[in-house]
Amino acid sequence: MSVTFLGIFILFLFSAAYSFGVKRALAISRENSVPIRDFNSLPSYHGAYIALQATLPCIIILFLWFALEPVVISHILRINLQKIFPGIPNNELSLWLYKIKAAATGESSFFKIDESVRPLVSMYITLKHSSRWILSGVVIVVGLASAAFLFQRISPQLKARHRVEAIITGLLGACGVFAIFVTLSIVVSVLFESVRFFRNVPLWEFLTGTQWNPHIAMRPDQVATEGYFGAIPVFAGTFLISFIALLVAVPIGLFAAIFTSEYAPPKLRAIIKPVLEILAGIPTVVYGFFAALFVGPFVRAIAEQFQLEVASESALAAGLVMGIMIIPFVSSLSDDAMSAVPLSLREGAYALGATKSEMIKRVLIPAALPGIAGGMLLAVSRAIGETMIVVMAASLRAKLTLNPLDAVTTVTVQIVSLLTGDIEFDNPKTLSAFALGLALFVMTFLLNLFAFLIVKKYREQYE
Amino acid sequence: MKNFIAKFINTSALSRDNSYCYQDVSVFLSDTSQLKSKEPFSLPESSKKPCIVCRNVNVFYKNKQAINDVSLDIYRREVLAIIGASGCGKSTFIRCLNRMNDTIEGCRVTGQILFDGIDIHSKDMDVVLLRARVGMVFQKPNPFPKSIYENVAYGPKIHGLAQSKRELDEIVEVSLRKAGLWDEVKDRLSHSGLSLSGGQQQRLCIARTIAVNPEVILMDEPCSALDPIATARIEELMAELSQEYAIVIVTHSLQQAARVSHRTAFFHLGSLIEIGPTEEIFTRPSKKLTEDYITGRFG
Repeated sequence: MSVTFLGIFILFLFSAAYSFGVKRALAISRENSVPIRDFNSLPSYHGAYIALQATLPCIIILFLWFALEPVVISHILRINLQKIFPGIPNNELSLWLYKIKAAATGESSFFKIDESVRPLVSMYITLKHSSRWILSGVVIVVGLASAAFLFQRISPQLKARHRVEAIITGLLGACGVFAIFVTLSIVVSVLFESVRFFRNVPLWEFLTGTQWNPHIAMRPDQVATEGYFGAIPVFAGTFLISFIALLVAVPIGLFAAIFTSEYAPPKLRAIIKPVLEILAGIPTVVYGFFAALFVGPFVRAIAEQFQLEVASESALAAGLVMGIMIIPFVSSLSDDAMSAVPLSLREGAYALGATKSEMIKRVLIPAALPGIAGGMLLAVSRAIGETMIVVMAASLRAKLTLNPLDAVTTVTVQIVSLLTGDIEFDNPKTLSAFALGLALFVMTFLLNLFAFLIVKKYREQYE
Repeated sequence: MKNFIAKFINTSALSRDNSYCYQDVSVFLSDTSQLKSKEPFSLPESSKKPCIVCRNVNVFYKNKQAINDVSLDIYRREVLAIIGASGCGKSTFIRCLNRMNDTIEGCRVTGQILFDGIDIHSKDMDVVLLRARVGMVFQKPNPFPKSIYENVAYGPKIHGLAQSKRELDEIVEVSLRKAGLWDEVKDRLSHSGLSLSGGQQQRLCIARTIAVNPEVILMDEPCSALDPIATARIEELMAELSQEYAIVIVTHSLQQAARVSHRTAFFHLGSLIEIGPTEEIFTRPSKKLTEDYITGRFG
């Protein structure tokens, strides 16, 4: 029995339980001549209660089964494999498991299967098959039984409405918890790998070292330079590029926001605002082309006019393009903040004889400042985490410099280059990517938290 | 009802102290056409010349007419109350007097409004200077999100009224004193204007308006967001301010109009129905509509 069938069964159970529940409630009302308004809940709540209460356990069983089935089956196979090859090492055991599963799904042509293992393939197929049958049986029995049981309980006193509300609240809460759970598991997985990295490289060296050169011998016998894992130059590069980006985005974005929210006639605003926001929808890889093929050479050509030495992958080029990318964040959020300043404040300033620009300078911007600052911090964390532009336009070499014409690297570029190689995952070189990722996460998290607190304070002031 | 209101006016200590003698009012104008031929009622010498003259003012929002052919005068050192049911155009009308309606999309004003003899819509009138001379206090207190000091200093700063920090300090102190707020805030001038109570905020807004040294103060329901004690403070303040400034107050409270104003104008559906000395309007209204309104038959 396929999963599709079970899905259809659950849908069917849901709708049937609902309509029978409604009908049953109405019938009880008629038979006992209890009017519906004397029921604790309306018939539709009785229907919804039965439908939800009967199908939810089925869905939970379904998910748990799919989560546990492979674990259980693998475990059974492992036990059997250990019987065939006593004392087999763990990694070979995993390879055998993989081969058996591949053989079972018909990809066997790649692997030779020993005759001794052959029975395990058919055992795997049988296990899988019977598991599905048991699952279907359990779901159907549980679904129908709970529906029938609840059907008996319908009465004028049944608090169906309260229970439906409680179930819905629970479902909504589960969705919220799910999002938090996923975020936390991402953090934990990165944290776990980072801890492995810090076993090889001391935390202190990572945080204070000024040399980043993650080369390390790939094989024990290989002759290689010693690796350096000081993250400072990498973060310095990130900050340099982000700073250049902000120098571009903050004035342009803020002035654009002042124009759209205060000066632009409604028709023009209706054009400018969406167009600015479309900028945010351009894939960053396209910005990357723009940076690498146009802005980079352009910056170089200009700087050479002034006899300046320029790296072809200068921080300036990457920063300029990244700045253009985050203009919409700054302008859109600043525009929202300024539009949210109450009309009464503007009128207060006008009534004192302020001109429009005096009103904007002295009243509007100070009043909207927390919102504007919050928007800018979000833009900063966007700039720091941005990957594609810098992968295409920034350098790979970590250099500790403040010169915007020099080539620098960023955290995200390093993570990409570290993880796209052919190196095993327990090498410090690969693991260092997780440490960088964790540091980046902590930083943008703090920035976002800061932005959130500012925005919250701002809200309190006006409501 | 009339007795009630008469008693009301008599018991109002506030209006007694500063009111003009109503017996002196020989003629009041319910019709502005009479203005040319007859002397206006006898206010003190300095008040005789109207400082704002409105003739045939119409206001349109897009195509809807909000004010219909209103003509009236505002004199120096008087309190003019404008009463009427919600939506009758009271606020729209006083917002014409300092051209605040300019900020509203699709709002059009026709007719003549002369301030000091100059048409406020003409090229000779700079709207910024007009608003400096015709100040406004709003329904909801709207202090800027700045310190108390900065709130009051804002107007003098943008108009360059103070040459030095000391002069500015003085303007701030005098304005806060006139608004009756100085003693309450003198020790915390650097605190946010938003930290004050509602009534204090409104007095701060009045101080802010006075600081620019206007000739007319427009008040758009200044007490409707305040409790009775704060309201009493503001009314007291208006009586004091009317010694120096012309005050136009829009109010929903008939008692307030009776307590604080020298003249009252009654608006109905965008038209000026009747204008005259407050006592007159409240005790012997000449129009049926006015009588219905003040006796609570509608509105």
